[in-house]
Amino acid sequence: MIRPHFRVLMVDLTSRKTHVVNVPGRETWLGGSGLGALLFEKYGDPGLPWSDPAQPLIFAIGPLTGYFPLMSKTICSFLSPYHGQYTESHAGGRSALALRFADMDALVIVGKAARPCVLSVGSKHMDIKDAPFLWGKDVFTTGKMVRNMFPGTGTRSILRIGPAGETGCAYACINVDTYRHFGRMGSGAVMGAKNLKAIAIQGDASFPLPEGKEYAKVFKEIYEQLTETTMMSKYHDLGTAGNVAALNELKSLPWRNLQATTDPGIDGISGERFAKDMLLRNTACAGCPVGCIHIGYLREKFMADNRYLYRQVAYDYEPIFSLGSMLGMTDGFGVLGLMDAVEREGLDCMSGGVALAWATEALEKGHITEAETLTPLKFGEAEGYKKAIHHLGVGTNDFYKRLAQGTMKAATHYNGQDYACVLGQEMAGYATGESFFVSESLSFRHSHLDSSAYSADQKPQDLDAPKIVAGFVKDEASRIVLTSMVGCLFARGVYTTERLQQALTSLGYAEVAANLDTAGQDIQRLRWRLRMRSGYAPMQATIPKRYSEVVTWKGPINTEFMETLRQTYAAKLMELGREVHGAEGKEG
Amino acid sequence: MKTLIAARMERCIGCQSCSLACARLVHKRLSWHTAGIRINSSGGISTGFEARVCLACDPPPCAAACPTGSLSPRKEDGGVKQDRSLCIRCGKCVAACPIGAIAQDELDNPYVCIHCGRCVPYCPHDCLELAEKGQANVIQEVAE
Ligand code: SF4
Ligand code: SF4
Repeated sequence: MIRPHFRVLMVDLTSRKTHVVNVPGRETWLGGSGLGALLFEKYGDPGLPWSDPAQPLIFAIGPLTGYFPLMSKTICSFLSPYHGQYTESHAGGRSALALRFADMDALVIVGKAARPCVLSVGSKHMDIKDAPFLWGKDVFTTGKMVRNMFPGTGTRSILRIGPAGETGCAYACINVDTYRHFGRMGSGAVMGAKNLKAIAIQGDASFPLPEGKEYAKVFKEIYEQLTETTMMSKYHDLGTAGNVAALNELKSLPWRNLQATTDPGIDGISGERFAKDMLLRNTACAGCPVGCIHIGYLREKFMADNRYLYRQVAYDYEPIFSLGSMLGMTDGFGVLGLMDAVEREGLDCMSGGVALAWATEALEKGHITEAETLTPLKFGEAEGYKKAIHHLGVGTNDFYKRLAQGTMKAATHYNGQDYACVLGQEMAGYATGESFFVSESLSFRHSHLDSSAYSADQKPQDLDAPKIVAGFVKDEASRIVLTSMVGCLFARGVYTTERLQQALTSLGYAEVAANLDTAGQDIQRLRWRLRMRSGYAPMQATIPKRYSEVVTWKGPINTEFMETLRQTYAAKLMELGREVHGAEGKEG
Repeated sequence: MKTLIAARMERCIGCQSCSLACARLVHKRLSWHTAGIRINSSGGISTGFEARVCLACDPPPCAAACPTGSLSPRKEDGGVKQDRSLCIRCGKCVAACPIGAIAQDELDNPYVCIHCGRCVPYCPHDCLELAEKGQANVIQEVAE
């Protein structure tokens, strides 16, 4: 270990000052998700709006970051512009190792800069540079310019926002090193509200390794398991895109705003098709030998006389769903074009795609007209969507401004709630059944990665609501342990509790190792308390009508069971988020 | 003598497993920088990666520049041996390397590849090879 406590760098953009805070509590709060929650409780105010300059934007890593393979993720904790409540978003790239080697367990940014700026931090510096010239620039241009503003290739990470973050879009992302994102719940808008266009993290320190043979031994075993067994091959091979055809086959892939769950047009957008016709190369998060990031190749003719340009676009299951099947797209190259457009604006690809799918159906039904959309929107037609993505990023008119606040907000205004594919936020790509719909609607991040509900749905299961809910809760706690280390959730098969304990012990964190399960549950409760304090009412979380019309491999949705499950889970969350009276400072 | 050759960098995914392995196994550090090999994105991440690593110059200009004998030429095929106990951290080797393959840490200690090959098994895409000098191109062509 580098030190037993947490070393936190606080940056105040208002005063342009920074200071280091040493925070105790490693045994209880671990790092990552736990550290983020601890710091939010310390520095955030759940009673103030998300955009208040005093609210912190927190980036946290964990005790295993950099020491072991796939310990390559950073947790971003913040008050979400999507619902005004406490949330988390996760990303990799080089961000986690850059924070490790910049010698901080967490970076906490408070305040608001007087004008657009870029923050650069490292083990030996903190620098805030005015950058009004970057405001309005897309994600790619911003990345290039920031690379030129600060030195340090290979050992730094660059986080930046696009126009969507500047205009306060509730699902603006933070782009990390071009191909990764703090995608969901609007962290990009939090940066925008702080006038912070980009963050460069310079990982310029190094550390001694633990004495003795234990660390080397544990490292080797984990590395071999990750690279020499088949455990990671699905991420390595087709990548997550391999799920596209499988879910279509299972009647669980949302098509055309979830009007269907399977379609013969699948061949044009399957993972196999992407690998065969579009895959250019792979890349990896720093510290990950799996390299699941698949980069596709897009060639565009921009002038007569055979003048072409090419682009490289990272693809995954989720954007193929949200900007592919959900928009009725059956041409993979067309889908890559939309992904590229979404990247440029700095939008979350899932929310952006699902929002436009709703707009397309709303236009078909006459709930909105082209006076609102400014361009024709038709399932399967990329050109209109490209224009709409830009309108969404910059907030061209009232319609796009509303849509950028969340599909359900727009749907409520235009009377299209029934077919808004919103499960807490714009849905992830799993029309698998009751468990997933309930899980994503209510769970902490409204993410498909909060539990394994989508895979549980793919097998026959008993209609036993308390048992399923107990599974959600247990699953969440164990995922929290991994996202506090901070490991990639794709490695959850390798990083069992026992493995994590060996790894922690080899670094001298024996006490942390002994407390792992309890810590997972404590963090879980703290996260829910913070969520409730900022206004969450799980009982009121409803599931739109469209989800009761879905037909999956199991047949029609059992709406009665779905409602029982929803109520059972909501009641359980109320219990998890209950304040512990007497034990802590902030009660009630 | 066998020499580390970054022979197939067009396959590189930028995972930095090689740099982390060199730092961990050769230099006993947790680092992605204090290592004999370091990975940079070539002109921004979107155009792929390149390795900063000793090319085994023969004779090696870094050893010629070293005033203490801390770096000395290997007995054949270029490259250097390093005796850390002799190093005065003057940085002359760093300045002498024409391709910037020698890194320095915060205390000015130099890090150069000693062609031991310990990074090779950690590369998931078989980008690196420990081979007799002059075999690099052959290896590239016969790689599956
Ligand atoms: S060959 Fe040895 S010294 Fe050179 S980069 Fe690889 S591990 Fe480091
Ligand atoms: S281990 Fe191989 S793939 Fe990974 S950065 Fe090094 S050379 Fe590239």
